[in-house]
Amino acid sequence: MGDRRRRRPRLQPDGEIITLENVSKSYTHGVAALDNVNLHINEGEFVFIVGKTGSGKSTLIKMLLRELTPTEGRIVVNGYDLRKIRHSKIPIFRRNLGIVFQDFRLLKDRNVYDNVAFAQRIVQKSSREIRRNVPTVLESVGLAGKYKQKPRELSGGEQQRVALARALINKPSILLCDEPTGNLDPKTSWEIMRLLEQINERGTTLLVVTHSKEIVNAMQKRVVTLNRGVIISDEENGMYLDDD
Amino acid sequence: MKIRTLIYCIGQGFRNLGRNKSFTAASIATIASCLFLFSMLFSVAANIQNILYSVEKGVSVTVFFDPGITDERIQEIGAMINQRPEVDHTEFISAEQAWDSFKTEYLGEYADGFTENPLEDMSNYQIYLADVSLQGALVDWLTGLEGVRKVNQSEATASTLTGINAIVAYVSVGLIVILLAVSIFLISNTVNVGISVRREEIGIMKYIGATDFFVRSPFVIECMIIGAMGAAIPLATTYYLYNRVATYLTVRFSTLSNILSFLTVNQVMKFLAPVCFAIGIGIGFIGSFVTVRRHLKV
Repeated sequence: MGDRRRRRPRLQPDGEIITLENVSKSYTHGVAALDNVNLHINEGEFVFIVGKTGSGKSTLIKMLLRELTPTEGRIVVNGYDLRKIRHSKIPIFRRNLGIVFQDFRLLKDRNVYDNVAFAQRIVQKSSREIRRNVPTVLESVGLAGKYKQKPRELSGGEQQRVALARALINKPSILLCDEPTGNLDPKTSWEIMRLLEQINERGTTLLVVTHSKEIVNAMQKRVVTLNRGVIISDEENGMYLDDD
Repeated sequence: MKIRTLIYCIGQGFRNLGRNKSFTAASIATIASCLFLFSMLFSVAANIQNILYSVEKGVSVTVFFDPGITDERIQEIGAMINQRPEVDHTEFISAEQAWDSFKTEYLGEYADGFTENPLEDMSNYQIYLADVSLQGALVDWLTGLEGVRKVNQSEATASTLTGINAIVAYVSVGLIVILLAVSIFLISNTVNVGISVRREEIGIMKYIGATDFFVRSPFVIECMIIGAMGAAIPLATTYYLYNRVATYLTVRFSTLSNILSFLTVNQVMKFLAPVCFAIGIGIGFIGSFVTVRRHLKV
């Protein structure tokens, strides 16, 4: 996968790939999920987003995916202003993002190959290109021999690798991971994190939401801590702040 | 949209049938059951209407003329009658034909004693109506014509037939509308439930950048195929059963053969097939289109 080139991100002039300016999000019942959040992430960064349950991490990821829109403020991802983006442009915007969920979200009725190939079908690749690209990306996540298996026949770690392969096959400039190790045992969690680190080293910007104190403290990356919708800490080589 | 993407979406629609076997089977069974009931009801109603129509065709009005009327005037009256919209066709029976018929039917060899035609003034027109409910209006018009002596009609037959016709029409239409409404409700509910359980799949597709068309089209094609199959099964069953039942009834009630005039299966299918396919495919299309749209807002 080393020679595979990423999509060229649409950076802002100062090299930022993700920008949140004074972003707030309130739900209809009045609870503020995010409150005046400012966050700037440059191309190629590896950022952990941590915080207790209900701190606003999932809301942040949903807004970066343009599943939710902010009540106030401005979000720019890959050069798209997400408050102004037209509905018809959202699929095109999302094709430049990779997304990995805690519960993998694979198409259960399709095998590993078809799950990964599906992402290529969406961007209208030819069958020949798909036949060439899918085995390559499956090999890069260590699943070359399992392309015929259905998700239910795989372990949690393997399913997460399929999700990673699907997220990576279109060479996104940003990879969003929402609790990617939440359903995995410690050994498998580390395997996935090493894989994410390799992906980041090849230039992909990573945003990883996690609860794993051990992983965050060991990896020495930038750590953004949220508490009740507010960023209370944003440190390079940061540590997981204890709940108290 | 590239052609290969369109072909892929259509192919996925067909593949989905196999991937979701239980949904496919349940939907086809629901659609087939509803449309089979509809087909049966329609076949019965159409045949009752046809039998009534045949009976109506046999109801006639007879017009007799004044003594000494000229042949030209009789022809003139005949032409005027044939121009009336309520008239299907007419038959002219001359005095000679009337007498010949009477002799054959009632007198036999005793007719030899007659040297002159006693039915000299009995030439007449038998008028067969296009719509028996208009008999009254026609009789009123005929009575006022110069040269017309007498008009014979069967008012009771006409009014009875008109009444039965109206009842059959109202009941048939009412039942068909109710059955169609129930069918549409059941079929769209089945499609709705079948797609709603796959909302996670729709969400995944949207998250990784699928357009609404890319997500929706396989579902729509899948449901249209289900609709077509759900329509084809009852149509084939009706086609097979119809001929058997019609043959059985004709043999069983042979004494009523002049009344029991069944429509041919092709006549029934000419209307039934497009309606069933339109309902099956139409509900498949609309139901899936609307249901998927609800889950596209991801």
